[in-house]
Amino acid sequence: MTAFCLVELDGGVEGGAAGVADVSLRALTLARGLAASGGLAAVVFVGGASTGGAEPRVGPGLVADLAAYGVTDVYAVSGIDGYAPLAWARVLQWLMSEPANPELHESPGESSRPAPEHPGHAVVAAGTERGNEVLAHLGAVTGLPMAANCTGLVDNGAGEYAIVRQRWAGLLLEEAVLEAPTALLTVATDAVSAVPDQAGAATITVHDVAPSVDGSDLAVRAIETPAGGGGASLATARVVVGGGRGVGSADGFGPLEELAAVLGGVVGVSRVVTSEGWRPHTMQVGQTGTKITPDLYLACGISGAIQHFAGCSGAKSIIAINTDATAPMMTRADYAVIGDLHAVVPALTEALRQRRSTSELSPLWRRP
Amino acid sequence: MEILVCVKRVPTVGGAITLTADRRAIDALASGFTISPHEECAVEEAIRLVERFGGSVTVVTLGPAAAEEQLRACLALGASGAVLIETEPGLEVGPIATAAALHSVAAEGNFDLVLLGNEASDTGDYQVGIRLAHLLGRPVATGIKALAVDDAAGWASASRAYRGVLETFALELPCVVTVKEGINLPRYPSLPGRLRAKRAAITRVPGPEPAAAAAADVRMASLRVPDAPKKQATVLGQGAEAVPALVNVLVELGVVS
Repeated sequence: MTAFCLVELDGGVEGGAAGVADVSLRALTLARGLAASGGLAAVVFVGGASTGGAEPRVGPGLVADLAAYGVTDVYAVSGIDGYAPLAWARVLQWLMSEPANPELHESPGESSRPAPEHPGHAVVAAGTERGNEVLAHLGAVTGLPMAANCTGLVDNGAGEYAIVRQRWAGLLLEEAVLEAPTALLTVATDAVSAVPDQAGAATITVHDVAPSVDGSDLAVRAIETPAGGGGASLATARVVVGGGRGVGSADGFGPLEELAAVLGGVVGVSRVVTSEGWRPHTMQVGQTGTKITPDLYLACGISGAIQHFAGCSGAKSIIAINTDATAPMMTRADYAVIGDLHAVVPALTEALRQRRSTSELSPLWRRP
Repeated sequence: MEILVCVKRVPTVGGAITLTADRRAIDALASGFTISPHEECAVEEAIRLVERFGGSVTVVTLGPAAAEEQLRACLALGASGAVLIETEPGLEVGPIATAAALHSVAAEGNFDLVLLGNEASDTGDYQVGIRLAHLLGRPVATGIKALAVDDAAGWASASRAYRGVLETFALELPCVVTVKEGINLPRYPSLPGRLRAKRAAITRVPGPEPAAAAAADVRMASLRVPDAPKKQATVLGQGAEAVPALVNVLVELGVVS
């Protein structure tokens, strides 16, 4: 079987500068377990017109990153401008269809291996807005079941899979059976670690494909504009400074924003902050907001409702600052500071600034 | 505009989650039931559109007889029609069968717009809206945080944030849109609204049989609460005096150099 994995990219595709999104590395890690015999195929939508194979549409850096995760085949799909969920689903349907689609042989720029040698038996994507959406379309057009936000997967053979998936955004886990000729599933963005293939980089083949797509499948298509803020996105930030009810007011976020700037991170908030109107909903961390996976979550004045944990439990480390030492966030954090965030946060910012200015001066006399 | 909003009765989750003895559901005897936050916003969005363009809002749910409680809550907010697709208590209906059952209601009415929450907060299947749209043969956008409808022109513009980019989709009416919390701030029910809701008639239609409800979908075996990290937080100190220890931890974590 071949496991096809929809791979999302960070940054621009042109010039090969794009990297594989962390969420897709997590999805590849889970998909790899399915790909024992027929290989692991990454499907990358590169947009624009086909180059007829004249120049590669995915850069060597991207190919190397994918190879490190055990990818054996890359399908670089051109001919679809931008994100069109149904059209993307049709391309996945075409790739997974059996017997090997003859159109694939005719597609321009095709290299040595036109189609997967084995029929595709799994299609996997990260559990992002796009991943869940494209796989739900794929489920609808094929009539196959789709399991969203899986954290574990065992192939029992004969088209039966034992899966573990998130419910309540991860507050509950469901153990279930998925029975289908082709398994469609997305991978939880915050519960599976990205692990390179221990077997080392496999031989990898890049296929430039430009499948024909019906105009009606392109009717719903995203027009992309930069989102407000311009800074690092909450979902991908390495450091998130969280603020909750304890911040007390809209103006109270100034010191948190300064601290986030010093740490190179962004500010996230709890649900009470957005329902009070102190900050917009785009900044909300939690079950109905954004799920974050930073190296550090610094939770200030957040008591820790269960729905908030659904959004921040993917953080590698949590430091909590709260006046109430018994708050759930304080007991479930790795480190806790008992005290008023209005005193601790500015003092921490100041200490980090002093530390930085000292280290900027130090090389002059510390150099050996 | 005629708008259909699909909602789902789910347990209210507050503190720790407790499962029933068979580990197939949340024990909600004490906590009660509600609809998902995304769906509260779907109901609010529908009411605002009808206030602006005229027409009416119908709410539909697939669930046990007790889900009447959630339909009446939506009626109190301003919906004028309610349909209960009634299933056996305790029967969990998968997303394929749910979409088919909703389709039977959605196809009968002359709805310009069908609104759903992006995902139900309990099962989180992320697909009922899309499967319903395919059954209806209508365009669909999901995860929407801003919706602008041009009733006269027959188009809707729907936007969402995706990894730091704003994605905007143009949809021809009639269409299906799934929304997320943040699209609006839902209102509270008025007293006249509550009184009206108490007396309102609810249309009841039979739901799928247990065998049909499970067919072709992911089959749940059991639920479990993930192991809570049994770690005890290391207390770094009290107030601003803890800052030096805090800085050391940040260095250890590699967050500052």
